[in-house]
Amino acid sequence: MATPAAFMPGAKAEVPTFWGVIASWLITVDHKRIGILYGSSAFIFFLIAGIEGLIMRLQLARPDNNIVSAQTFNELFTMHGTTMIFLAIMPMSAAFFNYMIPLLIGARDVAFPRLNALSYWIFLSGGLLLHASFLFNAVPDGGWFGYANLTSSQFSPSHSIDFWMLGLQILGISSMLAGFNFLVTIINMRAPGMTLMRMPVFVWMSFVTQFLIVLAFPAITVALILLMFDRFFGTLFYAPAAGGDPLLWQHLFWIFGHPEVYILILPAMGIVSEVLPTFARKPLFGAPVVIYSGIMIGFFGFGVWSHHMFSVGMGPVADAAFSIATMLIAVPTGVKIFNWLGTLWGGSIRFRTPLYFSLGFIAMFTMGGLSGIMHASPPVDLQQTDTYFVVAHFHYVLFGGSVFGLFSGAYYWWPKITGKMLDERLGTVHFWLMMIGFNVTFFPQHYLGLIGMPRRIYTYAGDLGWTFWNLVSTIGAFTVALSFLVFIGNVIKTARSGQVAGPDPWDGRTLEWSIPSPPPVYNFARVPEVRDRDDLWLQKYGDGHEGAPRPKPAPVTAAEIAAIYMPPTSFWPILLAIAMAVMISGLLISMYQVIVGGLVTLLFMYKFAVEYHRPAGGNRH
Amino acid sequence: MADHAATHAVHDPNIGTTGLDHRKMGMWAFLGSDCMFFGSLIGTYLAYKGKSISGPSPRDVFDIPLTSYSAALLLASSLTMVLALAALQDDRVKVAARWLLATAAMGLHFVLNQVYEFWTFVHHHDLTLSTSLFGSSFFVLTGFHGAHVTGGVVWLLLLVGLAWGGRLDKRDHTKVEIAGLYWHFVDIVWIAIFTVIYLIP
Amino acid sequence: MTEQPSTAARFPKRLDWPLVGLLAALLLLTGACSWVGWNWDTPMTTVNPKSDFGRTTHAIFMLISWWALGIFIAVEGALIYACWRFRERPGAPIPKQVHGHTALEISWTIAFAVILLIIAIPTIRAIFKTQEAPAATALRVDVYGKQWWWEFEYPQHKITTANELHLPAGQTVAFFLNTPDVIHSFWIPQLGGKRDVVPHRVNLITLTPEAPGEYPGQCAEYCGMSHANMRFRVIVHEPAEFEKWVKAQQAPPVESADVLAQQGKTLFAQSRCVGCHSITGISASRIGPDLTHFASRKTFAGSLMTSTPDNLTKWIENPEHMKPGALMPTLGLKGEQSKALAAYLLSLK
Repeated sequence: MATPAAFMPGAKAEVPTFWGVIASWLITVDHKRIGILYGSSAFIFFLIAGIEGLIMRLQLARPDNNIVSAQTFNELFTMHGTTMIFLAIMPMSAAFFNYMIPLLIGARDVAFPRLNALSYWIFLSGGLLLHASFLFNAVPDGGWFGYANLTSSQFSPSHSIDFWMLGLQILGISSMLAGFNFLVTIINMRAPGMTLMRMPVFVWMSFVTQFLIVLAFPAITVALILLMFDRFFGTLFYAPAAGGDPLLWQHLFWIFGHPEVYILILPAMGIVSEVLPTFARKPLFGAPVVIYSGIMIGFFGFGVWSHHMFSVGMGPVADAAFSIATMLIAVPTGVKIFNWLGTLWGGSIRFRTPLYFSLGFIAMFTMGGLSGIMHASPPVDLQQTDTYFVVAHFHYVLFGGSVFGLFSGAYYWWPKITGKMLDERLGTVHFWLMMIGFNVTFFPQHYLGLIGMPRRIYTYAGDLGWTFWNLVSTIGAFTVALSFLVFIGNVIKTARSGQVAGPDPWDGRTLEWSIPSPPPVYNFARVPEVRDRDDLWLQKYGDGHEGAPRPKPAPVTAAEIAAIYMPPTSFWPILLAIAMAVMISGLLISMYQVIVGGLVTLLFMYKFAVEYHRPAGGNRH
Repeated sequence: MADHAATHAVHDPNIGTTGLDHRKMGMWAFLGSDCMFFGSLIGTYLAYKGKSISGPSPRDVFDIPLTSYSAALLLASSLTMVLALAALQDDRVKVAARWLLATAAMGLHFVLNQVYEFWTFVHHHDLTLSTSLFGSSFFVLTGFHGAHVTGGVVWLLLLVGLAWGGRLDKRDHTKVEIAGLYWHFVDIVWIAIFTVIYLIP
Repeated sequence: MTEQPSTAARFPKRLDWPLVGLLAALLLLTGACSWVGWNWDTPMTTVNPKSDFGRTTHAIFMLISWWALGIFIAVEGALIYACWRFRERPGAPIPKQVHGHTALEISWTIAFAVILLIIAIPTIRAIFKTQEAPAATALRVDVYGKQWWWEFEYPQHKITTANELHLPAGQTVAFFLNTPDVIHSFWIPQLGGKRDVVPHRVNLITLTPEAPGEYPGQCAEYCGMSHANMRFRVIVHEPAEFEKWVKAQQAPPVESADVLAQQGKTLFAQSRCVGCHSITGISASRIGPDLTHFASRKTFAGSLMTSTPDNLTKWIENPEHMKPGALMPTLGLKGEQSKALAAYLLSLK
């Protein structure tokens, strides 16, 4: 891995020590390292949440089972959902935003490198706070969407909901800070010639995602603030006896929650839109249409939130309006699928692991989308919501969609990030085990929902016909787990003896494949001039219109590299994140901790802000 | 030193390919987000308007003259903020520092008025956070706005401190400009809150 | 810059078709076996409706399902076909770099939108039809979802009962849905969709059960510890049978000659039981289920357990042990006391 120090102008080459290496990761502001931090953390949380899922499946494999108690099961489904969404899928997407966006737009880093590091450390503290609940035997148990008024102090007197509430607030701050960063990066740091429409589609989908994050998270921030005030300070926002409406929580939550599901899927869709063209050796079919569809999905995604509330009794007008809006959103989503098919059609398709996962995405997300259309119809939804049918639906779109898409990205960009190829054979085994295991786990759950099995139940009676397919589903879940072991084995094996990748192992189309693997700290020795979305492809092959491929530019000189300025490391991001964590967790311990933590936070914010502000009488930098 | 400056004249790391400053753009993104934040809080207030089942009503407790004075203060402080930025862009650092101080002082006055208002509600009208939906939504909405103003005051005072320490001049106009964007936003949100809470019956 | 030659030698350039064929066969076999294994006529099925409400929604479900199947076959088929037809052949040139096709984009967008319109129209109609105000002749049942059991009140007949909901076939029933605690969801799958009960709100479901029979119901909104145990039974009678049931419920509590039962009755009146449970003539609290005609019901504790002397005795001695989180406190009643109470309850037909 290229260490920043070696590339700093005027720096001496250093022999790395163990603690020196650790420190360099703690104070890094390099987007590539931050991406790796996000990715590794996300994967660990993914495994934890996966184990929670496996334990649930063990409990449900037989009726009237007693592998875990009711309380534990309720904690498991709460943590499984919360962890998967906020600590696995979102940060894994963030890993790709961090690593790939600057590379894809021809930039050397993001707009605010220290803020970027701060986002990561805040995310980690949020994940740790949420999991600290295990140490205090106060594991959240209100479900991942924590409906009021079950979450009130009256009905949830322990600290479990507090851990959940505060953990999510911290994670929200992290996501929003990163959102501001990437918005500015994408708008303001594209290489010369890269107009918005020449941006790679992954960057576009990430761009829309950042808008969703910064505009949707405030709603859940407010929802959680109201809950916090109810629980800590006795306000009445969700108190029915005082006229408060528990549905206020649902509205605020889902105004966030629906854009959130697009936040979860758009990056994966962006990855698929990069992988398919590379392996079909054709451009993305209808790329502008795919881009506009992404924008429409993002925009209209703010108008459908109450389709999660069809059973609460909003009245026929609201039901009808949200139903129509939801069906409308299906159109751009479907259009994207057709365009992906169009990309494959007429191509020369090379079957490699990244492509398998993208194909799996298309196949599984289509199925999830079709069950979604059923949910869009309130009369039908009233039978399906809150049953295993909707559990099947969202796992098809979130696992069959997002997780497959993220694995596709992992296999695709692994050579760029690590400089080594992952093993193709093991990758193929991983894919098929996961594909089969996933379908065996979740397809039967459609049936279970249709024959009346509600969700979030820790057990069920044996005379309802649910037994056999619950057992099958459990077997599938363990197959999926096995597939992850294959992936982990692949990573370990190739870390040691993997084949060297070189800059462009897949014959790619976009800028990231024009630089070494792994990239030097400054990414591009010379800032590229961009003429097309698939600029690298054009450089290599021309496109039939321009005539011969472009002549290769003169090699980069050492002087050019010496003139590159990269932002130095900083310890304020991690320190500030720690101060914030101390302040917020003080709400669970003592007000003194909140006050002291708050003052230290303010101090560190000031130090962070003036770190590069010149001293009295000095010049800038 | 000369090439160093030249490099930076050519490539200021804060200016992006659109010619706009990253930090300004970032502030706009943050303000968009904060819009949704206050929108959700105002929405909550409106949802619960008139739905309290007990406790004093808005008409019983509001001191419209005082709050109007406060609103005017905040509006005026936006003017002094503009003057501060203009002065700084003219490299009149001491003048700019004075206008920043005036802005901060008016903001502080606003916050103190609000503290006084809260105190009278609690002690003279028995209206607290947990009295009624009105109490809850009023204090949380205006309280978070007040917290935003307080944060802004601290920010402005820090800028004043930097100016007095000789660490702020014309080159830093973007930093003051984004403080100004934040301040104007807080002012505009107050106009919305003031209208919804105090003016609309 | 072409693909590195060393990587090409390591793995197959084409898809391993024998392997794919095997996997496809395996999937088909699984599918076939699965077809045999999908029994749709189970107690809580949603696809065998026994009410007008259920039928209306089921018709739309079937409509969407057929279209979904068609789209599934088209899309997945196109995907598999494209993968097979356009797989890389050795020595193949770079394919034509097609960027899009406007007419195609417009066509498939419109086609998809039309399918959605076909689904939307009956959907909107059904939304309004199923939420119409009930006729004045409807039977009114006030439902109360409480952690973790269901209470049913028939204001027109002045009956209050729990866990088992009796209805007459062929008559429209209007359920007024309430809860004094948290959000639950009232759901009888064979009779139609669910509706939440929300504190300080009254929701409404109107339906007409068509045929006599027994239909299980269950809470469908996570409501705390024993959400999984918040079940109920619906018994639809012929109208005449229903009237008999009503009369039996309106009758005063049965006086049993059994000695143990009489001991239980005395114990009941003296214990804290009266703080939560009503038995006509003895106590009048609605915190817990009304026990006046306890033995007319086959199940208890949120329809979690059958009403046997053994179950009942164990329950009275330690409710939390049998139903996690149960709000009924342990009253310290043991041995003869709990047996007596059980006998008393089982005498209240």
